Order: sequence, then C-alpha cells, then structure tokens
Amino acid sequence: MKILLVDDSATIRRILKGLLGPLGVSDILEAGNGNQALKVLAENPGIDYMLLDWNMPELDGLGVLKQVRVNDSYRDLKIIMCTSEADKTKVIEAIKAGANNYIVKPFTPDIIKEKLVL
Amino acid sequence: MEALWINTFCTTTIEVFRTMFSIEAIPGTPRLKGEPYSSADITGIIGFSGEAQGSIALSFPSDTALKMISTLVGAPMNNLDMEVADGIGELANIVAGNAKKEIQGISLSISLPQVVIGKNHVLSMQSAIPVIIIPFSTPMGNFVVEFSLKKNNCG
Repeated sequence: MKILLVDDSATIRRILKGLLGPLGVSDILEAGNGNQALKVLAENPGIDYMLLDWNMPELDGLGVLKQVRVNDSYRDLKIIMCTSEADKTKVIEAIKAGANNYIVKPFTPDIIKEKLVL
Repeated sequence: MEALWINTFCTTTIEVFRTMFSIEAIPGTPRLKGEPYSSADITGIIGFSGEAQGSIALSFPSDTALKMISTLVGAPMNNLDMEVADGIGELANIVAGNAKKEIQGISLSISLPQVVIGKNHVLSMQSAIPVIIIPFSTPMGNFVVEFSLKKNNCG
C-alpha cells in the first residue's frame, strides 16, 4: 500500500505518518502543495491513496483533484480529501470533482482507519 | 458582528481542542478588545473573506504552545521554531474552518495561516470591526481566541 500525503502543514503530515505506521502502511510519500503532489504522482507510479488537503499555496487540493481525474494514468488512485473545509457545499464540490471520500480536520485515529480501506 | 457568532467561535474551539488533545478548553467571559494587546508569545491568524470580512487569531504563551504541539506530533518541542509555528497555524486553520461551517447564511473563504512569534507581541486587527476576545483555560495552559467578523454592505 503506497500513500501520498499532501498538506502544506508539516505537522499534519507528521501526525498522519504516525497514525498510518501502526496501520501497516510503510510506503508513505509527502508533498507540501498541489504542484509538488502532481510531481510526486508522476514520478512514483502505483500510488494507491492520496490524502489531500484543500487550502494550500501554489495549487490547491481541488485543482489537484481536477487535474488528476482527467488523467487516465491515475484512474485507480483513490483520493480522500483531508481538510478543515467542513462546509457541506465543499464536500459536495469535492465529491463531484472525483474525490472518493472526505475527512474533516480535526480527525481521530479511528476516522483515518475507517476512511482508508487497507 | 452577530452576537450568535461569539457562541459559534466558542463552541467550535471547545470541540476542536476536545478532539485534537482530549482536553476540555474552558471558556472565560468574552469581552470586547480595547487597546491592541496580547500577552502571548505565538499567534496563529486566519483571515475571512467573501460575504463578510474579518479574522480569527489563537494566541498562546510559549509553554502552552510547546506542550500542545509536542502532544500533537508525539515528540518533545522545546523552542518556538518553524515546526511549532506550523502546528499553531494549523490549529488556527482548523478552528477557522470548522467555525466557518457553523456560521449560517453567509459564504466565507479562509486564508492560509499566518503565524507571529515574539515575546509579548502586540496584535492589531482591523480597527473598523469590533474584536471579541475569549480567554480559555485548559490543563495544558491558557490561551486566547480573538476574532472579528463583519458582513459586507450590500448594494
């Protein structure tokens, strides 16, 4: 299982890495903004999941989502938004753009476990 | 400024700290901010835009911030460095995002976090908008939430 964590907060990436380790995920990649995420995706085939923040500098999570969903190379990639954007309209917008699931920060270890089918 | 929003920011902060730290953040009496003043050492700030303008700031003394971010990342933090700043900014971001959801009837966007570090720094928000201060006490130490929000004039 290979997971890409995309968040401009190093703290959130560190927390998520700490939660994913005990769940048996050891192949974890990181990106600090949307452009970095697209680069990591292109350079690392076979990523199964992307946990994707919404508000980030340079390119936001919705922008990443839209670019990834028009690229057939990533058709098997599952994308879970992981963001403090908690409004229902944002959730709908992300799901319509192709997100497979949605996690609202703050999250608990149980929520991460529940949303990721490992 | 809607009086209801004070409750929104208060309850959102309590819920966020309960989930992230498993602690109860006990709110003190909200008050109107007078002179620009903060006795904090680190502050995370998020701006609001859209159908209303304003901001929210979470201000912490050094000890409280270090305890909280150490707890979050599961490793000791000893200085107010970039890592701690990142954590405090994210904390402000999460409170702002969740408060935004609870503020009914107006569409808001939130900015990326900004963080100020400095012993007893002064924080000055937009002077045209009243600023509400809510002090909180927790087992990890005290902190302050201050916010301002004003609906845009129509027409």
